Amino acid sequence: MNLRRIVLGSTVVGASGLAVFSIVAVVIVVMSTIVMNGIGALSWEFFTAAPKEGMTEGGIFPAIVGTALLVIIMSIAGIPVGTITAIYLSEYASQKSPFARGIRFAVNTLAGVPAIVFGLFGLGFFIQVVGSGMDQVLSGGAELKWGQPNILWASLTMAILTLPVVIVSVEEAIKTVPQDLRAASLALGATKWQTIWRVVLPNSVTGILTGGILAVSRGAGEVAPILFTGAAYFLPQLPTELSDQFMELGYHIYIMSTQSTNVEATRGIQYATTLVLLMLTFILNFSAIFLRSRMRARRIRL
Amino acid sequence: MQTTANESGTANALTYRPEDPAARARSINGPKISKADLRKRFRLSDFLAEKLITTIAFVSLAVIVMIFVFIFREAAPLFFEKEAVAVTGVATEDETYGDEFLSENARLRDEERLGSISAETAGGEGEASLANLLSESWQPVSLEPKYGLLPLAVGSFKVTLLAILIAAPIAILAALFTSSFAPKWSKEILKPVIEILAGFPSVVIGFFALVSLASMMQDMLGYEYRLNAFVGGLAMSLAVIPIIFTVAEDALVAVPRYMTEASLALGATKWQTALFVTLPAATPGVFAAVLLGFGRAFGETMIVLMATGNAALISWSFVEPVRTMSATIGAEMAEVVFGDTHYHVLFLLGSILFIFTFTLNGIAEVFVRQKLLRRFRGS
Repeated sequence: MNLRRIVLGSTVVGASGLAVFSIVAVVIVVMSTIVMNGIGALSWEFFTAAPKEGMTEGGIFPAIVGTALLVIIMSIAGIPVGTITAIYLSEYASQKSPFARGIRFAVNTLAGVPAIVFGLFGLGFFIQVVGSGMDQVLSGGAELKWGQPNILWASLTMAILTLPVVIVSVEEAIKTVPQDLRAASLALGATKWQTIWRVVLPNSVTGILTGGILAVSRGAGEVAPILFTGAAYFLPQLPTELSDQFMELGYHIYIMSTQSTNVEATRGIQYATTLVLLMLTFILNFSAIFLRSRMRARRIRL
Repeated sequence: MQTTANESGTANALTYRPEDPAARARSINGPKISKADLRKRFRLSDFLAEKLITTIAFVSLAVIVMIFVFIFREAAPLFFEKEAVAVTGVATEDETYGDEFLSENARLRDEERLGSISAETAGGEGEASLANLLSESWQPVSLEPKYGLLPLAVGSFKVTLLAILIAAPIAILAALFTSSFAPKWSKEILKPVIEILAGFPSVVIGFFALVSLASMMQDMLGYEYRLNAFVGGLAMSLAVIPIIFTVAEDALVAVPRYMTEASLALGATKWQTALFVTLPAATPGVFAAVLLGFGRAFGETMIVLMATGNAALISWSFVEPVRTMSATIGAEMAEVVFGDTHYHVLFLLGSILFIFTFTLNGIAEVFVRQKLLRRFRGS
């Protein structure tokens, strides 16, 4: 009996310890594989040049620019809407009102919807309905300009995908603003909106920033929604208009490793591109984690 | 009195509510303040701000409802509009089928007429009747397009099942370790590692599986196809582990201390407490974690698109290539003709993915919210 207990006990502790160890090991293996194979191809030219010689040489500059534009347009569209929705949920909505509950339910649901479904939505709504509608109005349907995949529709699709990230993060931040501060502001005669604008929001800037960074990180890494809403295999020029297609880091990795004419010859470029994308999401994620821990520390202090 | 009622109708504790007897008493005690002074004054900026904020919150909700509407709207013509899917001239009904499909198709048609369900759609080059959708081959681009969803569904479930079978034990055990046994320093290591893993873009995991993991596994296990369901499932488990771990750990940590302390006080060891008290108490949460992981794996696109070989086969082997529903959408949507039958079938796949993940999330939510909370509050 005692022996059985000891054996079972060490099995439980051992197995769970092994699980932890294997997770850590896998992460190290994946990262070291990508870093070791990718670091050799990194150079100044890699960051600043366009792909050359049928994508087997040159750099990923257009993909970096495309990713940057994508997340910038996405942020402009998504972060204000997400922040305001979070303000509504935490400051205005009664927790019991069906409308607020509906939004909460919808946000939770949205977070679990597969990324590819957002892509379908972008295609079915932005391109087919909004874009085609704009073409009808602007040129009577003679010219196909907006009713096709482009960077605007891809960014808006991504903005909707990242909406829950922003809402959850900002709401968490607003909750850390102590009730006393609001009460003090209201007691001094400030209106509700003045209190939100001058007291609540300045005190939750970190949280909004965290939400924004997490959204950007998610948006930069997600490929499925842009597969058919605007990303392009290769473009000779950088996008100059919202109705242009664009190259993107994640899509570049996917295309280079699966559809490229010479998969083996571009292996180094593939690894290096993956390394760049990985580093980008890392820096973003860790700054978000850092900001969040500062926010939590402040909450404890108050 | 009623006019002073909080205009947003919310129950914010900070706004002055005349119904509150304490507040009324205060206003009586201060003789210089009349009721009119206490009335909330109308301010344009406040009014506009509130309306604007509510409107934008409403837009958020509307967008989400619209996702539903537009995914289903694009899939609906398969079932409801007979003419809408006809793109290149309406052919007579059975012409586009090979001989082997004729008889079965005709039988199904008769059944449909009896049941007056109009699932039969007019066909151009591609006809998506129920019989076709339920057939066993997926060949959307051919003279006789076949939109059999079965191989895709089998593919999706194979990969998802493998991913869960690999990820769930590891993630749950790791969560048990950090919540019950882990010394503080190991928590400090594991938390960031999980954050790193959760932050891996799925295309990066897919790439790693495609160029490195697939060859490694083939060398080790020596199966025939380099890219297959097993590689896809293994890679997918990397994406699923952080989700299961995080949700399961939350549930395990939320187990009230009186339960674990009572167990320890009765003389149970640390691992006995973990295995027989903490884990059973958190079962609904752990189950929810697995469901959420399942939903994520089922809808994940890039990993399966890159690592599973993308061949629409029905087989029981786990080391043969598969094509999942999500990967099919990802691979084919860019080349499809808008408004074509193929296009609508891809949206149908999207609808199925949506409904499936939506249901899973809903069930998970119920498990976490209701069951777990009720259990811990002891009511």
